[in-house]
Amino acid sequence: MIRMQAVGLRYPGREGPEVLRDLDAFVPAGGFRWLLGPSGAGKTSLLRLLYLAVRPSRGRLDLLGTEIGAADRAALALLRRRIGVVFQDFRLLDHLTAFDNVALPLRIAGRPEGQIRADVTEMLRWVGLHSRRNVHPPALSGGEQQRVAIARAVINRPSLLLADEPTGNLDDAQAERLMQLLKELNRLGTTVVVATHNAALVARHPAPALELEAGQLVAGGRAADDGRRADRGQRVDG
Amino acid sequence: MAEPRRRWLRPRGADDLGLRRALADRALPLLVASMTFLAALSAAGFVAASAIARHWQEGAAASLTVLVPRPGEPAVEPGRTRRDAALAVLGGSPALAEFRALADSELADLLRPWLGADAERMSLPLPAVIAVRLAHGAGERGADLDALAARLDAAAPGALLERQDVWARRLAVLARSLQACAGVVLLLVGAVAAALVAVATRAGLAARREAIEIVHLLGATDAYIAAGFARRVTWLAGLGGTAGAIAALPILLALGLLALPFLRRDIGAAADPAALAGAVPPLLWLVLPALAAAAAAIGWLTAQATVRAWLRGLP
Repeated sequence: MIRMQAVGLRYPGREGPEVLRDLDAFVPAGGFRWLLGPSGAGKTSLLRLLYLAVRPSRGRLDLLGTEIGAADRAALALLRRRIGVVFQDFRLLDHLTAFDNVALPLRIAGRPEGQIRADVTEMLRWVGLHSRRNVHPPALSGGEQQRVAIARAVINRPSLLLADEPTGNLDDAQAERLMQLLKELNRLGTTVVVATHNAALVARHPAPALELEAGQLVAGGRAADDGRRADRGQRVDG
Repeated sequence: MAEPRRRWLRPRGADDLGLRRALADRALPLLVASMTFLAALSAAGFVAASAIARHWQEGAAASLTVLVPRPGEPAVEPGRTRRDAALAVLGGSPALAEFRALADSELADLLRPWLGADAERMSLPLPAVIAVRLAHGAGERGADLDALAARLDAAAPGALLERQDVWARRLAVLARSLQACAGVVLLLVGAVAAALVAVATRAGLAARREAIEIVHLLGATDAYIAAGFARRVTWLAGLGGTAGAIAALPILLALGLLALPFLRRDIGAAADPAALAGAVPPLLWLVLPALAAAAAAIGWLTAQATVRAWLRGLP
């Protein structure tokens, strides 16, 4: 569940207008949203808010039932474990193997190593990287790195999954496979937000969208829509 | 292909943050070793100064001499000599552990270097000399000694109480000041070591900033990240501390041997090797491992504090 009420974001120490302004939106638990808008519209900033890399500078943001402004650091750390993120630039740790990168969220959560081994092995098989499990990211291709990033994002069965241009480095078949994975997770109850420029992908998988322009929501938000449609929380079709 | 065994258990020395390369693994132990070496010398100074102060307090300050001129003449109180009257006064004083009048032959031995072998036959008007040892702690009670001197003078007018406690006390004050200096140096060395660890930790934080941010975004608590740094820093600082303490050992042994004759009269300046172990005060044998442990503890505490303060910059 994501709820934004008059949320604004200004990065500390930077003058000028807010990066994000007056965001009002609601995405119910188990909802799917495309996050659309031209480059520089604030998609990445909104995702940063949602994966708790920044706190809103004004307004109220509720994520998975927690009010972010009122939560302490320890609570935010636990909340982050329930949020999976596929970063545009993958953000893998180069000194760890593919296996250890995917295992990282489980180790941080303190899972037993036996379970970690089983889960990570299965996940790497699923993304087709089992044979590359002991390879470090710099030796993997762009597509392989992206699959490692996706595996790391979903290994913890997150309640909220955020993806920033997740199909950027994938061929059509792999992109389609990824969409099937995201839809499967969404069907199982995960709230999913995918930022993309890929209009063909959006056309193939129609779903409600949050549309940003110059830091403001122009579609999909409560102010932009009549709000009722969004509240019903349609899942992705197609 | 069989999985490597390390996959079954959490890999030992797992390094999620990649700190093995980020934290100065040579400079930090070397610097901490130098600090521990200095700390060991200061600690030795501290222990030695306190031993010398105690020695002077218990030795020189605790002994005094009573001189009774014309000891054979009758005292104020009839029926006894002045020497006996003085001894009676000393016998009635609770502040004295023991006292003993030197025999005439002992007195002659003392005078022989100045007067030659014929001192006894010169019938010089020698005073009676009474060596006195004060009871423990009595040396610090100057008023008691003043009263004793007054009573002696009343019983045998002209009797003198020769006190060494004033000089001994001044030397003891000097020793205590040296001890305080050594203590201050010890504290400063600890503070500098903490500052060194803080600088090294901040350099490590800067070098691994991206990894820390990623781990933070994956839900790592401050405690998890700080523990990763603290583990590594504690190991490096402990290593340096142990090396520094070991390096200080031969110096302390040498200094201990030099100081031995001052503290123990039964051992001559040229002590045999068997005295080597006894040369270092027992306290120092505890201090050396304690310094290594303190280096590790300073490393752990400083790393924890530095990392946690730095993490406050992340939401």
